[in-house]
Amino acid sequence: MLDLLSGFITELRNAGLPVSLTENLDAMEAIQHIPLEDREAFKYALGATLVKNNAHWRSFETVFEVYFSLRGPEYKIDGTESDLDDFFREMQEQMDQMRQGPGEGSGGAMEQLTAEELMSILMSALMNGDQAMMRALARQAVQRFAGMEPGRPVGGTYYLYRTLRNLDLDGMLEKLMEQSRQQVGGDLTSLEERLERDEYQDRIEKFKQEVEAEIRRRLVADRGAEAMAKTLRKPLPEDVEFMHASRDEMQNLKKALQPLTRKLAARLARKRRHGRKGPLDFRNTVRHSLAYGGVPAEPKFKYPRPAKPELVVVADISGSVAAFARFTLMLVYAISNQFSKVRAFVFIDGIDEVTDYFKKTEDISEAIHRINTEADVVWVDGHSDYGHAFEVFWDRWGKEIGPKSTVILLGDARNNYHASQSWVVKEMSHKARHVYWLNPEPRSYWNTGDSIVGEYGTFTDGVFECRNLRQLEAFVEMLA
Amino acid sequence: MAHRFDSVQEVREGLRNVNYLADDGIAGVVFLADRLGKPVLVEGPAGTGKTQLAKSVAEMTGARLIRLQCYEGLDESKALYEWNYKKQLLRIQADRNSGSWSEVNDDIFGDEFLLTRPLLEAITADEPVVLLIDEVDRVEVETEALLLEILSEYQVSIPELGTITAKQVPLVFLTSNNTRELSEALKRRCLFLHVDYPQMEREKEIVVTKVEGITEMLADQVARIVRSIRQLDLKKSPSVSETLDWARTLVLLGLDTIEAEQAKETLHILLKYQSDITKAAKELAVD
Repeated sequence: MLDLLSGFITELRNAGLPVSLTENLDAMEAIQHIPLEDREAFKYALGATLVKNNAHWRSFETVFEVYFSLRGPEYKIDGTESDLDDFFREMQEQMDQMRQGPGEGSGGAMEQLTAEELMSILMSALMNGDQAMMRALARQAVQRFAGMEPGRPVGGTYYLYRTLRNLDLDGMLEKLMEQSRQQVGGDLTSLEERLERDEYQDRIEKFKQEVEAEIRRRLVADRGAEAMAKTLRKPLPEDVEFMHASRDEMQNLKKALQPLTRKLAARLARKRRHGRKGPLDFRNTVRHSLAYGGVPAEPKFKYPRPAKPELVVVADISGSVAAFARFTLMLVYAISNQFSKVRAFVFIDGIDEVTDYFKKTEDISEAIHRINTEADVVWVDGHSDYGHAFEVFWDRWGKEIGPKSTVILLGDARNNYHASQSWVVKEMSHKARHVYWLNPEPRSYWNTGDSIVGEYGTFTDGVFECRNLRQLEAFVEMLA
Repeated sequence: MAHRFDSVQEVREGLRNVNYLADDGIAGVVFLADRLGKPVLVEGPAGTGKTQLAKSVAEMTGARLIRLQCYEGLDESKALYEWNYKKQLLRIQADRNSGSWSEVNDDIFGDEFLLTRPLLEAITADEPVVLLIDEVDRVEVETEALLLEILSEYQVSIPELGTITAKQVPLVFLTSNNTRELSEALKRRCLFLHVDYPQMEREKEIVVTKVEGITEMLADQVARIVRSIRQLDLKKSPSVSETLDWARTLVLLGLDTIEAEQAKETLHILLKYQSDITKAAKELAVD
C-alpha cells in the first residue's frame, strides 16, 4: 500500500538527501496522524520527519511536487474517514485520468475567453492578489499557450518559456504600476513606488510558480513520477559545481556560503582552543599548590597559542574560473580572523594586489565587485597567462613570502600554451611554509589540452580538486 | 497515552489565543510532536520566535516550562543531575559512631542526596511540562550525546540508582541557531522544523497582535518595508523581534503612515550594521 511513499523516499535518497531507516519509519507513522486531504499538513509531516537540513528543503519540495502534485486541494475526497489505501488508490486513479485527458476539470468557463480577456482577468487577479483566481488562470494559460503534447521529449523549461512568452509578465508589471499610480491620483513617493513594485513582483513570482507547478503536474501525468523526478533532479547546493553553476544556482550557492562560513569559523575557533595541551605552567602550578598545603596536586598547563598561518591567495579570475575564485576569496575573507594576515592577488595575464579592497569595506561582495572592475589584471590580450603572472608576482612581492606564509594558488592552469615559468612555484615552495594549488576542474580533465597543472603541481605540497562547496570547505578546514 | 491535541487546527487556534501566530508548518509539527512523542528541533535565523514557540506551547497547554540554556562547557552535573556531596559528607559524619557500613553506603545514594538539574527534573515531574533545550548548537559534540538517551527513551540512567523513566512524556523543544552542524544521531531522534522569516501577511498579523495601538495601515506598511529590506543583500537581515521594536517606536512617535524620511531616521532600530543602514537607506530613497 505504501508503494508510492517508498518510491518517494527512494527518490529523495537518489537526490542526495540522507534519509535513514528510522526516519522512514517515522514518516510512515506521522502520516497516519495527519488528515490526508490536507495536502499542506501532509507535506510538512513528511518534511519534518525526513528532511533535517534546511538546505535540502528545496530538493524535497521538488520531489514532493512530482510525487504528490496530483492531489491538489481541488480534488476533495468525499468520505472523510478514508484510510491510506483509499488515499493512494485515488491518487493512482487520478494519475490515470490525467494520462487520458490532461486538463479535464480545469475551469470550463474559461475556455471560451479570448486571449485579451484572459490577460485582463489575470491583471485584475494580480491587482487584488486573488490566489484562487491566479491558480485557475495558471492552468488555463498552460493549457492554452504551452502547447504540450504527450510523449514529446522536451523539458519543462521549454513549456514554461512558451507560456510566459505569451503572457508578457514584465509588461504586466509596468501596467500594474501605472494603474496603482492612477488610483492614488498623481505620483507615488519613491518609497511607495518601491513597495508597490515589490508587492507586484512578489505576486507575479507566485503566479510563475503556479504555472511551473501546473506544467510539472501535466508532465508527471504524461511521463510518470519516476521519470519526471529523474529529469528534475538537481544537485544540493553544496554539490553544485562552481564552473557550471547557472545563475539561479549561483544565488543559492551564495546563500549557502554564509551559514557555512559561520559554522566553519566556529569549528576552527573550537579546534584551536581544545584538544591541545601546552607545556607545564610552573608559576600557576605553584600558586595552586598553596591550596593543598604546598603539594602540587593539581598541575596547571599553559594555554596553547598556536600560531595562526599567514595566507597569500593568488587567484586566476579569467572567465572560466572566475566564479570559483570569487567563492574562495569570499570564504577566506569571511573567516579571515582565523589567519594572522590574508593577502589577495588576482591575475589573468597581468597581476594585481587586491588586499586593500577588502580592508576598506566590510562588505565582501562589494570588494569582489571592485576587484572585477578596478583591478589591473590584463597585460596583453586578457587570456590567462600563468607564467607571466607568476613571474611578475615573484619580482614584486616574492620577498614578502616567508616561512610563515601559506600560499594558495587558484586556477585551472590552462595556460594557453604560454611559457609555464614553473620555477616560480618551485622557489615559492622553498621559501613558504606550504604551497597549495586548488583546481576547480574535475581530476580527469587535468593535464589535458593546455592544462599544465601537473607541471606546477610537482612543486607544491598538494593539488586539490575543488569543484564544489563541500570540497572547498574541507580544504579550508585542513588549512587552519 | 492521552494526546494533548485533536487536530492541527486546534494547535493553531490555541497558539493564536496565546498571541503566537503559527503557520501551517509550525502547527503541524507541534501536533505531530505530541502524537509521535518526539522532540522537535527548531532551527532558523535569530529572532524568529523559536524560543517563544516553546514558551507559547507551554502557556497554551498550561504546562510548566523547564528551560536548559546550553553553553560551551555544559556538562552532566549541570544538565542532568549531581550528587549533593556536602550533604553526603554530613550524613557520614553524623553516623560515624552508630550504624554499619552497608547502611550508610545505601543511604547516601538516595533521592534525598540527589540534586536534580533541568533534564532530570523534566522527567521526574508529575505535572505536565514542556522542556526547552535552548541553543543546543552551543554545546560540544561530545556533550550532545548526553541528550540522546533522554530524547529517544525519555529516561535517565544514574549508575548508583538505576534508570529513571519519565512519569509522563514531556513535549521537548530544542532550538538551534545553526552555528554548527548537529550530529546525525541527534537529528534522527527529532522532528525538524525550520522557522524562517514570516511571509508578509503573517508578519503584518504578528505586528498587529503584538504591538498595542498600531493601526492596520501602519502595520501593513511596516511589513512591506521590512520585506523589501530583507530582499537586499545585507550582513544581517532584520528579525521579527526587530520588526516589532521598530513598529513600537513608530507608534511611540505617533505616526500613522511612514514617509521615506522617517523610515530612514529610524532604520537603526531595524538594522544593526552601519553598512547595512547606509545600503537600505540608499535603496529605499532612490529606487
